[in-house]
Amino acid sequence: MDLDIVSLSRLQFALTALYHFLFVPLTLGLSVVIAIMETVYVMTGRKIWRQMTKFWGTLFGINFVLGVATGLVMEFQFGMNWSYYSHYVGDIFGAPLALEGLMAFFLEATFVGLFFFGWNKLSRVGHLVATWCVALGSNFSALWILIANGWMQNPVGSAFNPETMRMEVTDFFAVLTNPVAQAKFVHTVSAGYVTASVFVLGVSAWYLLKGRHIDVAKRSMTVAASFGLASALSVVVLGDESGYLSTEHQKMKLAAIEGMWETEPAPAPFTIVGIPDQQARETHYAVRVPAVMGLIGTRSLTTEIPGITTLVDHARERIGSGIVAFDALQRIRAAGSSAAIAPADRDAFEQHGGDLGYALLLKRYLDDPRQATPQQIDQAAWDTVPMVLPLFWSFRIMVGLGFFFILLMATFFILSARRRLDAHRWLLKVAVFAIPLPWIAAEMGWIVAEFGRQPWVIEGVLPTAAAVSDLGAGTVLLTILGFTALYTVLFIVEMSLMLRAIRKGVEPDPDPEVRLVAPHLSQRLTAQE
Amino acid sequence: MILHTLIDYDVLRLIWWALLGILLIAFALTDGFDLGTGMLLPFVGRTDVERRVVINTIGPVWEGNQVWLILGGGAIFAAWPPLYAVSFSSFYLAMFAILFALILRPVGFKYRSKRESTRWRTAWDWALFVGGLVPSLILGVAVGNVLLGVPFRLDGDLRIFYDGSFFGLLSPFALLCGLVSVAMLVTQGACWLVLKTSGQVAERARRYGSMAAFLTLLLFALGGIALWAWVDGYRITSTIDPLGPSNPLRKTAEIAAGAWFDNYAAHPWLMLAPAAGLAGSALALLLLRLRSEVGALLASSLAILGIILTVGVSIFPFLLPSSADPRASLTVWDASSSHLTLFIMLVAAGIFVPLIVAYTSWVYRVLWGKVDEAAVKDPGNHAY
Repeated sequence: MDLDIVSLSRLQFALTALYHFLFVPLTLGLSVVIAIMETVYVMTGRKIWRQMTKFWGTLFGINFVLGVATGLVMEFQFGMNWSYYSHYVGDIFGAPLALEGLMAFFLEATFVGLFFFGWNKLSRVGHLVATWCVALGSNFSALWILIANGWMQNPVGSAFNPETMRMEVTDFFAVLTNPVAQAKFVHTVSAGYVTASVFVLGVSAWYLLKGRHIDVAKRSMTVAASFGLASALSVVVLGDESGYLSTEHQKMKLAAIEGMWETEPAPAPFTIVGIPDQQARETHYAVRVPAVMGLIGTRSLTTEIPGITTLVDHARERIGSGIVAFDALQRIRAAGSSAAIAPADRDAFEQHGGDLGYALLLKRYLDDPRQATPQQIDQAAWDTVPMVLPLFWSFRIMVGLGFFFILLMATFFILSARRRLDAHRWLLKVAVFAIPLPWIAAEMGWIVAEFGRQPWVIEGVLPTAAAVSDLGAGTVLLTILGFTALYTVLFIVEMSLMLRAIRKGVEPDPDPEVRLVAPHLSQRLTAQE
Repeated sequence: MILHTLIDYDVLRLIWWALLGILLIAFALTDGFDLGTGMLLPFVGRTDVERRVVINTIGPVWEGNQVWLILGGGAIFAAWPPLYAVSFSSFYLAMFAILFALILRPVGFKYRSKRESTRWRTAWDWALFVGGLVPSLILGVAVGNVLLGVPFRLDGDLRIFYDGSFFGLLSPFALLCGLVSVAMLVTQGACWLVLKTSGQVAERARRYGSMAAFLTLLLFALGGIALWAWVDGYRITSTIDPLGPSNPLRKTAEIAAGAWFDNYAAHPWLMLAPAAGLAGSALALLLLRLRSEVGALLASSLAILGIILTVGVSIFPFLLPSSADPRASLTVWDASSSHLTLFIMLVAAGIFVPLIVAYTSWVYRVLWGKVDEAAVKDPGNHAY
C-alpha cells in the first residue's frame, strides 16, 4: 500500500472503526443480558439475580466507556478525513447520524449513569426501567448507524443536484426502509448478542472450573445459552447476504466472496476452500458443493447469481452512460440559470444521471472522463472488482465461526436444561477458549462488508478516492500514529482491568436472602424471628 | 413528500441556525461544568477522597452531557454539511487534539478508582485535567479563528482546499478567545462544585470560581475591544437569495473593518447578548461571594449563554468566513442541507429534544443533593 492520502485515510478509518467495534458488540449484547437478569430479579425478588446484574454490570461498564470514547472519533472523522464525502452526501448521510444522537445516545448515556449510581436512589422498578433504557438506547444506535451504513451500500431515495453539486434526499422513507440496512441491523445486533452470550458463558465456565461463584455462574450460563442460541441462529438465518442481490455492487461483493469469476447456472455451487487469483481471474484448488451458494445468496433454486466477469461488463456499460451524464452536467453547469439549460442536456442528465458516479471512476486515470480511451474505460471497469482473496477468506472464517457458535450454544442449552452444566470439564474449557472468537467473527464481517464495498465509498455514486480531504500525507500519518499509540495503551489498560474484575469475582451480598422462600413469606419469617 | 413545503426554506434555515446555537449552548452549559470540574480537579481536591468526591459529582451525568457535543457534531453534519466538511477538515490537527483529550476523559472517570496505587490515580487525575483543559482551550481558539476567517477555498466542484496550518490557528486574538473559553468553563465547573460539595472542597471551588469569573469578565471585555480595534469582519456584497440552493460560490463577499458590528448597529437590542455575557460573569462573582449556590450556577450559565450568543449574532449570517476567498464563505443562506432534510430533521428534533430535556431533568432531580465523603466511601453506591 502506498503512503498516499487515500490509502492513509482509509487505513485510519479502518483502524479506528475496527477498534471501536471491539467494544460495540459487547455493549449491544451485555446491556440486554443485564436487563434480562435484572428483570428476573425484580419479578422474583431473588437477590442473587441482583448480584448477577451488578457483577456483569461492572464488566459492562469497563467495556462501555471505551465504546463511548472511541465512538466520538467515528462521529467527527467523516468531516476531518472525508470532507468531500461529507459535502457530497451529508444531506442524506448526516441525518441518521444526528438521529442516532437524538434517539439513541442520549437515552443510553443518560440512563447508564443511573444504572451505576442509582441503586440506592431508585425503586426496584425504577432502576429496571433505567437498565432497559440503556439496552434500548444502545440497540437504537445500532439501528441508525446501520441505516447510514446501509445507504452507503445501497444509496436509495436520493438524487444528484447540479446546483449544489451534491446528492440530496428525495425520499427519506426509502432511506429508512432500505432493505440492505434492515438486513444489516438484524445481523449486527444478533452478532452483538452472540458476543455477549459467549462472553458470559466463557467467564462463567471459568468460575465453574475454579469452583467459584457456582450459583451465579450456573444461572448466568443458563441465560447466556438460551439467549445465545436464539441469537446465533438469527445471525446465520437472517444473515446479511439477504441484501446482497439488491444492487449491482452488492452482487459484485457476493461474487467476490465466492471467488466466482463466471456466471454459473442457478443454483450456484458454493466453494468451500480455494485460492482466488486476481491476476489470472480464476480460483485455484476450488472445492465446491453444488447449489449451496445459490441457496445462501438468493434463498431460491432458480435465481441466477452473476459472476465477476459479467458484472464487469455491466460496469463498462455504466461507465459509458456515466460519461454521457458527466458531459451533460458540464453543460448544465455552464448554462448558469436553469432557464438557459438546453432541453437535450436536461434529458440526457435525467436519463444517465444515476451513472454519474461511474464516470468519476475514470478520474484516477485522467481529469476529464470525456477524453477516456477504451483501454482506460476497461481498466476502470475492472477497478470495480474488490480484492477477492481477503473477502473470500474473511467470509469463510466468519461463517465457520457462526456455525461453531450455534453448536456451542446448543450444547450448553441442552446441558443447562438437563442441569448438567458442570458435567464435562473439557466443554467448560472450550467455552473459556471460545471467548475471543465472536470478536474475530465480527471484525471479519466488517472487512467483508466494507473492504468489499471498494472501490466505492457510496456504491455507484462516489469512488473512495474522490472522497478524501485535502490533507498532507504526513498529517494523517501523524494522527494514525497518535491514535494507534493511545488505543494500544487503552487496550492494555482495559484488558487488565477487565481481567482483574473477573478474577476478583462477584461481590458477596451484604444481607443474603432467606433462600427458597418467596419474598413476602421471607419477610414474614424474618419478622417472626 | 410535499409536507416540507409547509415551512419555507429560509425559515427552516433560520430555525436550524437557532437550533445549532441551542445545541452548542446546551453542550457548554452541561458538559461545560464537566470540563471545568476536570480542570479544577487537581486543585480543589487535595486528598484522594476529596478528589473522588469531585469526580463523583459529575460521575452519573458526564456521559449524557457529552452527548450534546456528539449531537452537535451530528446536527452540523445533517443540517450544515458544508460547515461540517470545511471546519472539521480545516481544523484537522486541532480536532485530533480535542478527540485525544476527550478520549482520556471517560476512561479517566471510570478507571481511576479501580486501583489503589497512588501513582495510577494521580496519573489519571492529570489525564482528567488535560481532558478538561485541551477541549476548552481549543474550542475557544476555534471560535477565535471563525471570527478572524479561515483560509479555505472551494473549487467549482465544491472541493475544499485549506491553505493554513495548525500553528497558524494560534494567533494572539484566537488565543485570547481560547482563554475566555477556559475561564468561562472553569467558572461553570467551580459553581457546579460549590453546589454539589461541602466543606474544604466547596470552599476551594468558591475561591477558584471567583477568580475565574473575574477573569471571564475581564477577558471577554478585552476580546470585545480587540474585535473592535484589530479584527476585520466580513460582509456579503451581492444580493442574497435566502431561498437559493446551498452553493456558497453563488455570492460575493468582502473583508471589511468593523463589519462584525453591523448587526448591532442595525438592531441595537442585540447588545443584550454581550451584556448578558458581562452581567452573567459579574453576577457569578458576586453570588459566589454571597454564597448563593444555585444563584451562582445560574449566573455563570447566563454568562455562557451571552458569550456564545455574542459570537453567533456578530457573524450572522456567516457561519464560517473564508479569509482566502471571501466569496467561498459559508453562510446561513448557502451552506445548509436541502429543504426536505432540514424539515425532516426539524420534526425529529421537535419530538426528541423535549423528550431528552424531560428525562435528563428527571435524572438530575433523582441525583439532587451534595456528594460527601461518606457517600463516596459507601460500597453500596458504586461510586467512581
